[in-house]
Amino acid sequence: MSVAVVIGVGLVAFALGLAAGFWLPPNGRIRLGDRPVPVRRILLPFTAQGISKRAFEAAVRLAKAENATIMPAFLARVPRQLPLDSPLAAQCGEAMPLLEAIEQRVTSQGVGVDSRIARGRSYRDALRRLLEEEQFDRVIVSATNSPNKGLTSDDLEWLLERVPAEVLILRPAPEDTSRISAGALSGHF
Amino acid sequence: MAELQPSTLAVTDDALSAGRGHLRVFLGMAAGVGKTYRMLLEGHAEQEAGRDVAIGLLETHGRVDIARLAEGLPMIPRRRVTYRGTRLEEMDLPAVLTRAADVCLIDELAHSNAPGLEHPKRYQDVEDVLEAGIDVLSTMNVQHLESLNDRVDELTGVRVRETIPDAVLARADEVVIIDLTPEELLERLRAGKVYPAERIDTALNSFFRIENLSALREVALRQVAEEVGHKRLTRAEPLGARGQMLAADAPQAVGERLLALIEPNPGAQRLIRRAWRSAQRLGAELDLLWVRPPGRKLSEDRDRSLAALRQLASVLGTRLLVEESDDLAATVAEVARRYGITYILMGRSSPARGLARLRTPLPQRLMELLPGVDVRVVADRGGSRTRNST
Repeated sequence: MSVAVVIGVGLVAFALGLAAGFWLPPNGRIRLGDRPVPVRRILLPFTAQGISKRAFEAAVRLAKAENATIMPAFLARVPRQLPLDSPLAAQCGEAMPLLEAIEQRVTSQGVGVDSRIARGRSYRDALRRLLEEEQFDRVIVSATNSPNKGLTSDDLEWLLERVPAEVLILRPAPEDTSRISAGALSGHF
Repeated sequence: MAELQPSTLAVTDDALSAGRGHLRVFLGMAAGVGKTYRMLLEGHAEQEAGRDVAIGLLETHGRVDIARLAEGLPMIPRRRVTYRGTRLEEMDLPAVLTRAADVCLIDELAHSNAPGLEHPKRYQDVEDVLEAGIDVLSTMNVQHLESLNDRVDELTGVRVRETIPDAVLARADEVVIIDLTPEELLERLRAGKVYPAERIDTALNSFFRIENLSALREVALRQVAEEVGHKRLTRAEPLGARGQMLAADAPQAVGERLLALIEPNPGAQRLIRRAWRSAQRLGAELDLLWVRPPGRKLSEDRDRSLAALRQLASVLGTRLLVEESDDLAATVAEVARRYGITYILMGRSSPARGLARLRTPLPQRLMELLPGVDVRVVADRGGSRTRNST
């Protein structure tokens, strides 16, 4: 009798196991990491000139430590003569491989990524519009000595004064000339 | 001159426009590529073939070689117009119509006429000339095309004020591209063959930069390729059964149109980027489609993702379609048929659970529903981990 009960319990357990296996995704169980957790968002603005490697690495380190999502945002300048909502095929031609390269690098580090493209009459205007639409916990930018390479010192001052998020400005350094460019893409894109 | 084929205007096929003159447009990427020169060469070729050729309007811009080449072709005198105290010279449309040559050469199709003339634009004058049964040879630069004006502005930073509707070029019987490498054009410019000496430096430092010229050249070549494709599709050729077969095959041979299936989550951005790059390479249109399950409210995160996708679609110049339906495959198939889609791109689906495992996977269902449409599942390269807190 007791043997029959044990066998019966065993069969029921087996059937339940089968049902659970059928119901769950084939390649995994529910992991702790899959549970929704509050997501922090780190904005990483950049322009067609590329993105500072130091700023990128700082963003990845912080994102890992804070379980945050990195939001690389390409800032596009719309020429004065064009409407602000114009398609920008030429700039997108620069931005798309760059975003792809950044995303590949971020995901290879096990960090979440959610890209954006923002348009404006200037880089600052594009950033302002993005910040009006979305909220971020941190903004990471790299200061540059060259006014043509991205956000100017005036822009950074504006960022510190106006943005309701923690702003991390990295000083220019010799190694900061090292930038992530579209050439960093792996595979066919 | 000898290598040019005379009388090609006279033998072009369109019976559709019988009685109307034929329009041949010489299209270039910028001033100085040789459009006017080529127009004059062809004018001579027509004349040598025995046709009555006249110059309705010629802009030499002080170039001696152009003026010399025009010798021997009868020129219809311009008319003088005074506008706000300035004396302007314009093409004399009534004189051109009265002269009624077989072929008329009319330079600079995109030119704006002085106020008070028959039409505000020269291409409208050309329409009248064509309607009178006169063949026209004309010239224009690609940046004057209305649809390309914004793109050229973005590429070069130069806004062109004189534009013509794309339909004018589309109606031309022939579009001949006058191609020159940017390096050759710059050489011509430096040698003073395009502008007088005092304008060369300004030109070199503004519009005539190699990156501008390369971009414009690409736009011009692409434009003509599209025109050729379009004409091939729209021209009915009475070739019997083989002609019908060719016509049936033609749309798939030249007219690629892509559809990317997306959902409002961060991973969709990557799919869109890849789809857009593919569309750029194919010179094709791209549409984005989200099949939204009916009656479900979007979470805040998905709502934000949808806004980001709309923004991305707008920057890329693509269209984001949202269709409400429970049947994903049937809706995709219906949209694909509606828009003539030839290529569908989709991301990897999340692993199926429960009874959903017994269903045929979406790519296979689409291939069954849409024979002849390519389906591509975009690889999740780099183990993309896009967090979604829904």
